[in-house]
Amino acid sequence: MAAPPASVQEVSEGLREVGYLPGESTALVSYLAARLGKPVLVEGPAGVGKTELAKALARYLDRRLVRLQCYEGLDEAKALYEWNYRKQLLRIQAEAEGIGWQEVQDDIFGSEFLLERPLMTAIASPEPVVLLIDEIDKTDQEFEAMLLEVLSDFQISIPELGRIEATTHPIVLLTSNNTRELTEALKRRCLYLWLDYPELEHELAIVKLHSPDLSDSVARKLVELVAMVRELDLKKPPSIAESIDWARALLLLGAEDIDQQTFTETLSIIVKHRTDLDVVTERVGVRLGSPLGTS
Amino acid sequence: MGLPESLLQFGEELRSEGVAVGTSALLDAFAALNEVPWTEPEDFRETLAATLAKSQDDRRVFELVFDRFFFRAAELAAVREGVREDGGVEIAGDELDLEALRAQIAQALREGNEGQMRDLARLAIAAFGRQGEGSGVIGVDVQRIRRALGLRAEPQPDLPAADPRREGLPRDGIRRFEALLRRELERAQIERTEQLPPSRPLNELDRALPSGPLQDLAAVHRVVAQLKRRLKTQGQEQRGRKRRAAVDMRRTMRASLEYGGVPVVIKTKPVRPRRPEIYVLCDVSTSVTSASVFFLSVLHALHDAFRKMRSFVFIERISEVTDVFVKERDFRAVSEAIARDAGVADISGYTDYGRVWQEFQTLVEDDLHPRATIIVLGDARTNGRDPRADLFAHVAAKAGRTFWLNPEPRLYWNYGDSVISAYEEHCQAFECWTTQQLEDFVKALTRPT
Repeated sequence: MAAPPASVQEVSEGLREVGYLPGESTALVSYLAARLGKPVLVEGPAGVGKTELAKALARYLDRRLVRLQCYEGLDEAKALYEWNYRKQLLRIQAEAEGIGWQEVQDDIFGSEFLLERPLMTAIASPEPVVLLIDEIDKTDQEFEAMLLEVLSDFQISIPELGRIEATTHPIVLLTSNNTRELTEALKRRCLYLWLDYPELEHELAIVKLHSPDLSDSVARKLVELVAMVRELDLKKPPSIAESIDWARALLLLGAEDIDQQTFTETLSIIVKHRTDLDVVTERVGVRLGSPLGTS
Repeated sequence: MGLPESLLQFGEELRSEGVAVGTSALLDAFAALNEVPWTEPEDFRETLAATLAKSQDDRRVFELVFDRFFFRAAELAAVREGVREDGGVEIAGDELDLEALRAQIAQALREGNEGQMRDLARLAIAAFGRQGEGSGVIGVDVQRIRRALGLRAEPQPDLPAADPRREGLPRDGIRRFEALLRRELERAQIERTEQLPPSRPLNELDRALPSGPLQDLAAVHRVVAQLKRRLKTQGQEQRGRKRRAAVDMRRTMRASLEYGGVPVVIKTKPVRPRRPEIYVLCDVSTSVTSASVFFLSVLHALHDAFRKMRSFVFIERISEVTDVFVKERDFRAVSEAIARDAGVADISGYTDYGRVWQEFQTLVEDDLHPRATIIVLGDARTNGRDPRADLFAHVAAKAGRTFWLNPEPRLYWNYGDSVISAYEEHCQAFECWTTQQLEDFVKALTRPT
């Protein structure tokens, strides 16, 4: 396990090394999370690298990533732990005769019969991990309340077994697409990080990092186009992930330049709604013939 | 005053602007500052932001308060310590070349060079502040200097071709320059009086609904997109959580036959979201246009939540605009289309509620029924004309529910020519001048019964 980072600079460089280009605040908040052991609430539009940040942190700190994907109706049995009742039944049947209830009871509520779910795994793990709770806004408030105990004390109470406390301190990242206002209590316990679409130069660097073979002029133009598309009122504006996909596709096609034809042909990579497609071809596609296209 | 006190005061200021800063958040901030070198202003600011501002809205307020607070704190400390800024801008000779200064400032605005803009702001104050020594109100002075410099966002074709102002200046450049002017004037005032002026609360407009054409359309779009997403998921959430359920006797009895007449399985009535039929009437006279069009686009973005929706705009007359919204998705195009085609202004351009009710009644009277919902958006300012609340009452009685959204704060209701109290007897009136209020209203509208 790597030692906790000593400065913001170190985190920034470390993340860079594992292939994630952090913005200034991203590096700072990651650093604080590692030092203070507080969970981080990451918000922002879809596809700006919220989940990727957790993965990169795990790689950088050389920790295991435990991921809990949230969805509507997620409950404790799926998030914390569950008794493996099939195994318990087998155990009871195997020595049905001659053993008192007391002994059987002691026996079947042991850690052997416990099914660990992500939160439990993260807390019980002997090595420190990075815990990613993805799309927390999809769950309901009851689940959020349950999460509070885990996040503030890093412990889980199991009635039959007692309390399980974290031996090591996991780094916790919660991501949210902001479809629902999270409770104040949860926000209060977290550091807050807002990730937005990156600046032009920053995105250019990201694209170059992921497809280094793409020529400079094409990459720059690609980023400018994506920024332009984002300006439009679309159902789903293209995210960084889509810029990267587009760059890879252009590389595969061996495109030397993005002209109107390549643009319309590969448009479906960055725009994913029919109505959006029309809007983009109409507003952006036409402009490609103009001076911007030749720059 | 040490850093801890300053930070606590900063927390106080954030609270006074409506950001919920708890003691634990402040403790976190202190803990975090232990880990970060505070010599870097960026790091210092980001650290505080990460621990104190827990949503995007809060973050925006945080930025504003942060700038104001630490600027003032630094100035106060400077006054206490007797540090004065010297050097800087001294006017050589009596007259500055004003034309050159104008051009220079415009150039800096175009390029967005912050440091240069700051120097030029001081120069401008020195040049223009002299004439009449300022009005004493900083806001007035800022606008006076801006006008004297001829800084406008619109193109000014009568200027010579070389002038950078000719094509119009970037709007946020001007805004930044104004902020710099304000800051420099404030600094001068603090130095002169050797005390802090009372702090100005943040402009409410920073958080309110768009009320003028100057407001950024992109910001409006973001709000609408967000609202759509939230309202979309909101229905699901309420359906999933069936706390109170009404027993469906008929189905329960039927199910009980399996068990020899014992109601073992209780069947409940399904919860269905309300899908109201909606009639929206929006005032589009100049005072409330933006709020109206904004509101209409939000409703139309959500049109699938309603069984049927018809929208009307009115000033002196009323006109149906449902088709405009079906065809156009773009907010800007919609407002243009309405201004051009609706033909609702007659002679004076002032709202005439009496006539509007009358026309509305003839238009839709036969269609109205108890499951219809009428929403009126307007400031209820009749410009001295007869409000005809009787007609309104008649329409409201025919419809199931009637809401009135007033884009003015409740404080201004019934002052001047506002006659909202006459209408309020027949409908539920809401104030609706922030996006939050609007969101709450739309939620209430679609809540399952």
